[in-house]
Amino acid sequence: MTVDDRFVRDFRDSREEPLGIRNEIITGPVSDWATDFSHLEPEWAADPYPIQDDLRERCPIAHTERFGGGWLPTRYEDVAAIAYDTEHFSSRAIIMSNYRPPRDIAPVGAVPPISSDPPFHHDARKLLLPAFTKKEVAKREEAARAFCHSLIDGFEGAEIVDAARDYAQHIPMRVIADMLGFPPEDGPRFREFVEHALEGVNLPPEERMAHMGELFDYLLEQIRDHVANPRDDLTTYLIEAELYGRKLDPSHVAGTMALLLIAGIDTTWSAIGASLWHLAKTPADRERLVAEPALLPTAMEEFLRAYAPVTMARLVKEDMHWRGVDMRADDWVLLSFPAANRDPAQFDRADEVIIDREINRHAAFGLGIHRCVGSHLARMELRVALEVWLERVPVFGLADPSEVTWAPGQVRGPRTLPLRIG
Amino acid sequence: MKVQIDPARCQGHGRCYDLSPDLFTEDDEGYGQVAGDGLVPPGGERAARVAASNCPEKAIVLVEEA
Ligand code: HEM
Ligand code: HEM
Ligand code: SF4
Repeated sequence: MTVDDRFVRDFRDSREEPLGIRNEIITGPVSDWATDFSHLEPEWAADPYPIQDDLRERCPIAHTERFGGGWLPTRYEDVAAIAYDTEHFSSRAIIMSNYRPPRDIAPVGAVPPISSDPPFHHDARKLLLPAFTKKEVAKREEAARAFCHSLIDGFEGAEIVDAARDYAQHIPMRVIADMLGFPPEDGPRFREFVEHALEGVNLPPEERMAHMGELFDYLLEQIRDHVANPRDDLTTYLIEAELYGRKLDPSHVAGTMALLLIAGIDTTWSAIGASLWHLAKTPADRERLVAEPALLPTAMEEFLRAYAPVTMARLVKEDMHWRGVDMRADDWVLLSFPAANRDPAQFDRADEVIIDREINRHAAFGLGIHRCVGSHLARMELRVALEVWLERVPVFGLADPSEVTWAPGQVRGPRTLPLRIG
Repeated sequence: MKVQIDPARCQGHGRCYDLSPDLFTEDDEGYGQVAGDGLVPPGGERAARVAASNCPEKAIVLVEEA
């Protein structure tokens, strides 16, 4: 028997400091969204939809010099074309920031499979798919439901609760911690990791590196514990998994765990929060769903369309003329599934939330080869979270609309959501 | 009417087997599969159209029989 010593040394010691390209960090008010857009400014976080609707009419592929240069398409057909075109657009970076990882990091990338390009992408993705099918995730529904009930039990006696902080956030944290086999009480630490990765984009690189370091210290600790004590969970599965006849590189194991932790939490938290926010401010929809619970799966798809939480990014591979604009190699493309989902050329009454919309070919979980691996899990969590809430708290409203805050950056959802429930 | 899935387009979103479980199922990786021979039973045309018009990848083909 050979001992698994892949994780004894810190895998980060054995690689060189990645080079990559850094650019000057530019912050501050946007002068014109068509030529100077930034998804990190407070205006965008508060309400990006009017900005996107205006751009779609006026300048459907907007540009910015920030982040070292990038593009923002807002039409469904352009977003879809880029998602499908892995020939010209790379996923080697998917968070638009002031740092571009070196080209030779492709096709694997730091956090496979989301950061991977073909042909490696498919193999890394295939490893994950069986654990995330609808049938597999259905096994977690009962535990998720009991957990939602326990969170609402905790509201006992309160008149106002924060549905983002005290409800939505905990559900995906608990589910993913269970799947990876991490201690459930570590939840609050995950929240920090997620915030650092997704919201701290304009911090100095040294600070970002230090934050990333803390996440990987934590993951390495968990991996070593699983190497010593294997269990029936995703961490042990990834440690044991084989690709091309050998076990995965330590950085692949850790990178995928980081991805699941980060991609699984913020996103679902945002979707649950945005749905509750909509229902809190729209009594007619809330009352209808309480009266007709069978409509929830349809309504949920509409919330995912209208408030799609996730925007991705790509890097342009080579200089090219693309649909009327001159893209340069290494320009960013901010791939806004939320903007695509509100394109009137694709959806009737695109700017309205219609909870019984029957035809809803939305792109909240992406399009093409990177389709969200966790979509079945996310849908289960969102449905259960809303079912339990509506059953237990059928009457609620915004306590004070001005206190609602939204996460800036590429994953958008309410982070403070005080609701009056008593 | 018959339903078919174009495997080159299907990415496993699962809208088809969510919405029309009598006509579609999932394989071990979550990709959509046509249940049985794909023949839509009488009265099932609407379910077939709903699935096809909700597939984000436009992977579902409806074949109208003459
Ligand atoms: C409502 C919640 C969620 C939304 C809206 C969402 C959205 C997305 C989107 C748009 C992509 C495509 C990325 C791209 O094109 O570059 C993606 C990829 C991914 N998501 Fe999700 N996600 C959610 C929840 C989850 C959950 C719960 C997990 C797992 C625990 C997860 C894991 C992943 C993974 C592993 C990928 C990469 C797939 C690949 O590159 O092949 N997501 N997600
Ligand atoms: C194996 C896993 C990972 C490794 C080894 C890794 C490593 C790195 C390194 C070395 C940098 C360069 C920092 C700099 O020089 O500025 C970086 C930047 C970055 N990483 Fe990661 N990372 C990993 C996972 C992730 C994950 C899971 C995310 C979020 C989804 C993420 C998001 C970012 C972002 C946004 C930057 C840009 C830094 C900036 O804007 O200054 N990384 N990462
Ligand atoms: S809805 Fe479309 S993409 Fe999804 S599983 Fe069915 S055929 Fe495949």
